[in-house]
Amino acid sequence: MNEIYKTDALIARDIDAYLDTHQHKTMLRFITCGSVDDGKSTLIGRLLYDAKMIFEDQLATLEADSRRLGTQGTKIDFALLVDGLAAEREQGITIDVAYRFFATEKRKFIVADTPGHEQYTRNMVTGASTAELAVILVDARRGVLTQTRRHSYLVHLLGIRHIVLAVNKMDLVGYDQGVFDAIVDDYRSFARSIGVEAFTPIPISALEGDNITRLGANMPWYGGPALMDHLETVELDQVADLDKPFAMPVQWVNRPDQSFRGFAGTVTGGAVAPGDAVRVLPSGKTSSVARVVTFDGDRDRAVAGEAVTLTLADEIDCSRGQVICAAKAPLEVADQFEATIVWMDETELLPGRPYWLKTGAQTVSATVAAPKYAVNVNTMEHLAAKTLDLNGIGVANVTTDRDIPFAPYAESRDLGGFILIDKLTNKTVAAGMIHFALRRAQNIHWQATDIGRDHHAGMKNQKPAVLWMTGLSGSGKSTIANMVEKKLARMNRHTFLLDGDNVRHGLNKDLGFTDADRVENIRRVGEVARLMTDAGLIVITAFISPFRAERDMVRAMMQPGEFIEVFIDTPLEEAERRDVKGLYAKARAGQLKNFTGIDSPYEAPETPEIRIDTSALSVEEAADLIIARLIP
Amino acid sequence: MSNRLTHLQRLEAESIHIMREVAAEAENPVMLYSVGKDSAVMLHLAKKAFFPAPPPFPLLHVDTTWKFRAMYELRETAAKAAGMELLIHQNPEALERGINPFDHGSLHTDMWKTEGLKQALDLHGFDAAFGGARRDEEKSRAKERIFSFRTASHRWDPKNQRPELWRLYNARKARGESMRVFPLSNWTELDIWQYIHLQRIAIVPLYFAAPRPVVERDGLLLMVDDDRFPLREGEVPQMRSVRFRTLGCYPLTGAVESTADTLPAIIQEMLLTTTSERQGRAIDHDAAASMEKKKQEGYF
Repeated sequence: MNEIYKTDALIARDIDAYLDTHQHKTMLRFITCGSVDDGKSTLIGRLLYDAKMIFEDQLATLEADSRRLGTQGTKIDFALLVDGLAAEREQGITIDVAYRFFATEKRKFIVADTPGHEQYTRNMVTGASTAELAVILVDARRGVLTQTRRHSYLVHLLGIRHIVLAVNKMDLVGYDQGVFDAIVDDYRSFARSIGVEAFTPIPISALEGDNITRLGANMPWYGGPALMDHLETVELDQVADLDKPFAMPVQWVNRPDQSFRGFAGTVTGGAVAPGDAVRVLPSGKTSSVARVVTFDGDRDRAVAGEAVTLTLADEIDCSRGQVICAAKAPLEVADQFEATIVWMDETELLPGRPYWLKTGAQTVSATVAAPKYAVNVNTMEHLAAKTLDLNGIGVANVTTDRDIPFAPYAESRDLGGFILIDKLTNKTVAAGMIHFALRRAQNIHWQATDIGRDHHAGMKNQKPAVLWMTGLSGSGKSTIANMVEKKLARMNRHTFLLDGDNVRHGLNKDLGFTDADRVENIRRVGEVARLMTDAGLIVITAFISPFRAERDMVRAMMQPGEFIEVFIDTPLEEAERRDVKGLYAKARAGQLKNFTGIDSPYEAPETPEIRIDTSALSVEEAADLIIARLIP
Repeated sequence: MSNRLTHLQRLEAESIHIMREVAAEAENPVMLYSVGKDSAVMLHLAKKAFFPAPPPFPLLHVDTTWKFRAMYELRETAAKAAGMELLIHQNPEALERGINPFDHGSLHTDMWKTEGLKQALDLHGFDAAFGGARRDEEKSRAKERIFSFRTASHRWDPKNQRPELWRLYNARKARGESMRVFPLSNWTELDIWQYIHLQRIAIVPLYFAAPRPVVERDGLLLMVDDDRFPLREGEVPQMRSVRFRTLGCYPLTGAVESTADTLPAIIQEMLLTTTSERQGRAIDHDAAASMEKKKQEGYF
């Protein structure tokens, strides 16, 4: 057993001294990248074993498993220790992110263990997001492979500053320095090409234990540190974080009574002390820190990484999601960004669809434009792309529905990293890293006009509105919309009917029927409808508009109360039976793709303002019902 | 203070961060409280997270009626000291049928704990429940997210977990669905003990060695904690100096012979010991993948 871990003597002799040492340990989180073939699980198993993190009963199970499932003959198969879930153990692969723990006298380590294959890119990105160091494993017999390049790119993309190139299985190449040097040279030229400035190459054998916890006799030519030495001494991110300006997203406003109002959060950068001038973003209000409150008493200082509660000298508005930051170095605030997006869901990105975007402690609505390009993770080539699918990585503009404070991801993971959440399924569908804010929003000013929307509406003697008919093809939207418009015209109302088919002859003739095109179709119609309500009109629309997210997007564009969702509720069987345009027959015959209700979903409104049951109401009655809601 | 955070300071900050996210995003959160050492640490962290206010959620003890008496005693005082409401749930069906660990084997855990927990969560409409599980305890836990999503029927789908990046936790869910949240995910057993030691957190005295009446049965040292313990023929409880590394239902929890009666002594013993923590629990011996299966069914 190695002396790094050889603490039994101290534990037995003087437990208080041992505890004192261990209470001053720091912590390093790292990720191991490579496949089962590279000996990744073996390496982790070896680290746990050498760190005495394996107990006797676990070892007994491991030995039994090694004989039953192992690939090392009678030797212990360390990989089995690491592979978690039952299904995976049988398949011999790790398909998720697993976290392992071990400690030495100097540090506690958390290892993110993720699979290496391309189809598990999202898992690797997840594991890398919390890691400060990456161990990239290379099989000495095979050298730098496509997957080595992919792993390095991802690790660099996620902002990991420390990369270890662990050239494993040196025992199988006779511990040959030439092999090692050639691999390192090869890797160095690649690393430079993706912007990795420095890395630490270490020749190891995870199976035999060479250069893992200490330098072995097998590679006297190697002059660097053993892997464990390096892990124990590499500079932690918290050191670099301390040099950043102070920022703390407010997670929770603590108000036990009228006398106390504290803002609780985790400091993401820098330090804060009572008396420091601070600015609250995005509101821009300023104050100074009164107290740094903790359960263990007030503090004279708090630093990056600590979870504290601040009170401010002034009673200013500040709520969850806002960021308290140093007044002299405030964060940027913007609502449009360029970002790298990693897509993590089976359902592809729909450009233009609103998703929830969570960053810091705030959640806002956001849309992603069609990618500028996607990245081939094996070659780092830029590819033209209209969307991103599972494990796809691309660069795109992101627009939020309000200003958010942020920092570029390269400066702060906490303030520049975000996730996207599907509004319907609530699944986390993507991770994003902000590059910079787009200036477009700031440079294109809104031209104020003297004749406003109220004036337009006033001249027409009416209240503008959007009657948004949604329903299956053939449900009766256009027929009812037409009847509504005729009746309103008789009542001297100024109206305009936007019909799905008609719009596709002009404004939207460049769009097809894929999900992405459907989203864009509705977005444009929404914008046109908004201009028309500004002009004072009552707008009637007849679009299938199958997705809830887009109907809600249009609702959000309008003034409160102006959007009236009318669900033309005709069951699929009935719409198909009518089949006025013969489209269902074509779709059933496979001649028409992406047809709503057949091979493309329709998400019925949950709480529409008006629901028209076409099996119970005539066209005339339906129109009257709608108008009664519009003009009470 | 030093600029460099120790590993315990970082773990503490992470746990507090997680608890605040849940308090902010869940509609009706609750903290599962089992009275064990991990629960004690979790409760202590909750007090820190919301100080000077009390934690904005109640404690829930899913009781089996078969816990050690010393656990019931600490339960009341700990909740009171934290200024938190304590909810206790006992599965009425298990109570009626007299389900017990002596006669009913794994049904005991299933009905009192798994079913009892689901009942309690449904009864109160809790949409987020904190649990004290750690990833180092068991292999299937190593892969579970900190925010672990459950369907309306409380099932966990290990193949369909949400990616969890940075410090960003997705707590969104539909009505009826819920989250189990594990703020101690990244703590190890040693971290827990060190933290208890440093922070002087009150724990059940059973963790400390003392003379206790025990019988040896099926390789476990079981404590005869009350007169419900059916002694087999020839079994006579003996006073031995023992302590418990983990606490559950007393008839299912094995003691270890020990003289460690201080925290440093316990830590010393733990570090020098050669068997893992859960070995004292009968529940894990069924099958290698037993915990994963239990978790899919809704066990914590």
